[in-house]
Amino acid sequence: MSGERVSRSEPAELDDADRRIVNRLQAGLPLVPSPYAAVAAELSLSEGELLYRLERLLEGGVLSRFGPMYHPERLGGGLTLAALAVPEADFERVVAAVNAFPEVAHNYRREHRLNMWFVLATETPERIGEVIAAIEAATGLAVFNLPKQEEFHVRLHLPV
Amino acid sequence: MSLPAALPTIPGPAGPQRLRALLERGLPLTERPWQALAEQCGMSEGEVLAWVECWQREGLIKRLGLVVRHHALGIRANAMVVWDLPDESVAEMGRRLAAEPAVTLCYRRRRQPPEWPYNLFCMIHGSRRERVLAALDEIVGRHGLQGIPRRVLFSLKAYKQCGGRYTHEEQP
Repeated sequence: MSGERVSRSEPAELDDADRRIVNRLQAGLPLVPSPYAAVAAELSLSEGELLYRLERLLEGGVLSRFGPMYHPERLGGGLTLAALAVPEADFERVVAAVNAFPEVAHNYRREHRLNMWFVLATETPERIGEVIAAIEAATGLAVFNLPKQEEFHVRLHLPV
Repeated sequence: MSLPAALPTIPGPAGPQRLRALLERGLPLTERPWQALAEQCGMSEGEVLAWVECWQREGLIKRLGLVVRHHALGIRANAMVVWDLPDESVAEMGRRLAAEPAVTLCYRRRRQPPEWPYNLFCMIHGSRRERVLAALDEIVGRHGLQGIPRRVLFSLKAYKQCGGRYTHEEQP
């Protein structure tokens, strides 16, 4: 959903069972033939209720996706975090230029002189440098490339 | 959600390739999701489970989980907190910060001095800025980080939240 602007809509209401489901599933689904039944049992829900609630959470936009979380580097791809210092008057033009690259994900405006932060995910590690050069050419701005050197594992990604 | 672009070509039988492509769209919400996928790629349920287990073991798939849309839950404040830690202590502090419940992601990243001297990044989410800053204060106190240079970069707006070829976690 490129170019998506986040609206100021009301937050979704989650009840206690929804919260337990979201928190439990952030830790991952067991790799067994009937994974939903296994998780439902842990949460003292029926399998049908768990599936119904998951469907509703996906449809309501609380969850954007359910399934495998990939490790792009191990799939042979490149991944990095990059930042730009964008002059205020030029912000909209630079957003459009940067978001036009299919390799760009998670583009956020942040409070700092480096005010645009985005993730680059490419098919090969070498492509990262090429895309950065292309973004610099398209925007006329220097890209700060801040590749990951080590990941420290958190257990629960976003407790709700 | 749009379908992802083609997966990279990897050597191997067609079944596993098709399975990878199907998994990109997410796991079916049905009692026997692996069986449903198996039928679509000409494999047995056992073979599908064995392939996914292999990909998890090799680290291609981190886990079978879900992506929460923060904003839909009223989690409006998202702070990227960056620290300039001595190289000899950054790994230890990274592990300690990752264990903090308020920290949702934690990475060591390359410095870009002089403009960007920070080498440890963590994300803290919350309903409001004050909550995020209060959580940060506690973390600073608990780990004796008062003297460590840091910056808090709140997000002002999301211009793109999906994209890229794979589903991966938000990166800071």
